[in-house]
Amino acid sequence: MNNVTTDAALVLAGILFVIGAIGVLVRRNLIFVLMSVEIMLNAAAIAFVAAGSKWNQPDGQVFVIFILVTAAAEVAVGLSLLLRIYSQWRSVDTDEVSLLKERSNE
Amino acid sequence: MTQLFYASGAVAIVASILVVVGTDPMHAIISLAVVLLAIATIFWTLGAPFAAVLQIIIYAGAILILFVFAVMVLNLGREERAREKSLISGVIWVLPFVLTAALLAEFILVLANRQTMPAVAVVGPHPVGESLFTTYLIGVELMSMLLLAGLVAAFHFGVIPARLGEPDE
Repeated sequence: MNNVTTDAALVLAGILFVIGAIGVLVRRNLIFVLMSVEIMLNAAAIAFVAAGSKWNQPDGQVFVIFILVTAAAEVAVGLSLLLRIYSQWRSVDTDEVSLLKERSNE
Repeated sequence: MTQLFYASGAVAIVASILVVVGTDPMHAIISLAVVLLAIATIFWTLGAPFAAVLQIIIYAGAILILFVFAVMVLNLGREERAREKSLISGVIWVLPFVLTAALLAEFILVLANRQTMPAVAVVGPHPVGESLFTTYLIGVELMSMLLLAGLVAAFHFGVIPARLGEPDE
């Protein structure tokens, strides 16, 4: 019934992870950085599911649930930090938020 | 099943490229929803129906709403979008692209030196739940503590004191 190869799924996970990594490296807007992190987490989840169904074990899907929970906590904290940063700097640009640098120059 | 896998994989790749190069946050969120739904389809084709359902309910349902809400609250205007466009154009892509392309090449090279085996098994919700609450019970407890910590942190950062409500300058 199902002849998707594990390798194809792992290559897809790799491609999606790399796209997310490019987003994290290139973007300066915190919203887009957080969304790129979401793509990277999902790529890892694909790899877990592929490995789990290759070995016919439920562990892969268990770790997908763990990834979901981690992503939920990360997004909650990340977005509340984002709102806090916006309320203080009126910007969501990571280049604007250089408080540590300014303090060390004084 | 195989065609479905490759089709939704292509959709996921194209939509995630749209997320990464997008300038309008709301359009990027819609693209992210497409990515997440495509990945749910991929989970299903890989024999993980439970993970697929959770992906749709929690990721596409709950986590995306947080993004939508944040973008709605921020309400970034047109000038921010133009600035974003100027920030991500041209030569800034080259070095990250080279670095990550090298990473992907290494990964595929490692995979190419192995035998390919089809992923056949369908693992239903029952063994997943059983494993979750026996073998990984400590993990579940740790995850609940992480969620509680996330809740407390989000609440702490979300309350904006009056003196921080104004810009610093």
